[in-house]
Amino acid sequence: MLGREEIERKKIKEEGTTVIETGNHAVSLAAKFARADVVAAYPITPQTQIVEEIAKFVENGEMNAKFIRVESEHSAMAACIGASATGARAFTATSSQGLLLMHEMLFAAGGYRLPIVMANVNRSLFPPWNILVEHSDSLAQRDTGWIQFYCASNQEVFDTTIQAFKIAEEVNLPAMVNLEGFIMSHTHMPIELPMQDAVDRFLPRREHLWKLDVDNPGTFGSMSNPEYYVLMRKGIEDAMKEARTKILDVNTEFEREFGRKYEPIECYKCEDAETVIFAMGTIGKESKRAVDELRNEGVKAGVARIRLFRPFPEESIKSIAEGKKIIIFDRDCSFGKGGVLSTEIRSVLDKPASSYVVGIGGLDVPYTTIKKCVERANGQKDEWITEVHP
Amino acid sequence: MMYEIRFHGRGGQGAVTAAALLCRAGFLAGKKGVQAFPLFGAERRGAPVKAFARIDDEEIVLASQIYEPDYVFVFEEWLIEYAIEGLKKDGWMIINTKKKPEDFDLDCKIATTDATGIALSNNLKVAGFPVINSSILGAFPKVCEEIKLEHITQAIKNYWPGDIGKNNAHACEQAFNATEVKE
Repeated sequence: MLGREEIERKKIKEEGTTVIETGNHAVSLAAKFARADVVAAYPITPQTQIVEEIAKFVENGEMNAKFIRVESEHSAMAACIGASATGARAFTATSSQGLLLMHEMLFAAGGYRLPIVMANVNRSLFPPWNILVEHSDSLAQRDTGWIQFYCASNQEVFDTTIQAFKIAEEVNLPAMVNLEGFIMSHTHMPIELPMQDAVDRFLPRREHLWKLDVDNPGTFGSMSNPEYYVLMRKGIEDAMKEARTKILDVNTEFEREFGRKYEPIECYKCEDAETVIFAMGTIGKESKRAVDELRNEGVKAGVARIRLFRPFPEESIKSIAEGKKIIIFDRDCSFGKGGVLSTEIRSVLDKPASSYVVGIGGLDVPYTTIKKCVERANGQKDEWITEVHP
Repeated sequence: MMYEIRFHGRGGQGAVTAAALLCRAGFLAGKKGVQAFPLFGAERRGAPVKAFARIDDEEIVLASQIYEPDYVFVFEEWLIEYAIEGLKKDGWMIINTKKKPEDFDLDCKIATTDATGIALSNNLKVAGFPVINSSILGAFPKVCEEIKLEHITQAIKNYWPGDIGKNNAHACEQAFNATEVKE
């Protein structure tokens, strides 16, 4: 006999529809299913389709939200902050230069502890102009107090966005869902859509702990002495710690409702591996093929795709890496230090690791290149791969 | 088995949408893993464009471009020299042309159909230019057993509800019937 929840899930499976849509569309749909109240946004390639579609949803009445057209990304985030401070569910999307322009306001959202959700379509930075994928835009926002996810399929983008609202509202931190420019944002893939009532059940309205309320006047962000300031800032760090556990709980609940789950790190053939690849986004996914081919040739490889960058899943990384040879792929660079992901991973390892900077400015990273990198890894740090087929 | 398909056209001819339609047809044919993406995502009318589609029984883990396709679609004859690059030894080239497969001296299997003529006869034009994506896709079921004509026409009708879809599906059927192949 099936339990109530199993019946419910079966029903969703049968009644829910699968659509073939782009990553951008997955985001728009998720914002609609999550019933965002306020969307304030400014267009930028390759994100524009997200907010275009949401504007359409609002215009034709499919989505009961206020769409605010603003004059810049800085203003988009400022409007989301204002909306979220009143207790509304606020959403925006951006990319690259747009995210950089928001930088100041990102700290404000984190410091105010507002559960804003934002999709960022990863794109390289100017100059020279380039509209293709790189992780440098979002990794430059590392210290702003935002939870950060990195996705590798359109289904994962949809599901993570829904989850992000719940996680953000439970720990009172803003959350950023990253998807890669063009190779996800403009790529058509199947997305299984849930029933709206299932999403409503998973994501009920939650009263903000503190909000702007005319009946109970208060303020956000007043002047503060060190004694209070330090406590407010420690609060952000404590909330990040709390988020580590909450993210796992929300994932369990999500699996119960929708039948899919996402660990902070997705492991593929890591357990018996002698070499483990660490990567984020589609490189982490493409690496599965490299791992299969390497194993056919007798190289025991595995891949750990890091989905959650903030809070950084350091304990999981330590245990996955134990006793293995480590190879890290970065699609970004902190000039003067090297790959950001490799720097972060090395900070929790007690041994050397090999690392590569790949796919800069959208340079294609086929599994054959990943495989070559694994084969010739010899502990070198941040070797740059500057050709598609090195 | 995974099919990797590459489209070579010019901006405005509908190569990007052709890839999107073919992956939808693959899904309707029962394939779990389908994917379609353009090379640059920047649409420029008249410029050479590439688009890609993958169709597989399992979820697709690849996100990189296709360097050794099983099938290539050629929207204009002069693109053949680009399309042939990396095409697998037993791969198929599907060419939009009035010519017959025998008229081409190429080291691959060939299918031909007059997609431009069929698009024009069905008045499938955008800004005065023939849009040949729905027509040229009609050749695919002739060279790939697993995807049937009805999967493609259904995908077209789902993508463009109403008369536009019907007209495009009709052009697709005509192109299917007009396709000639040489193994």
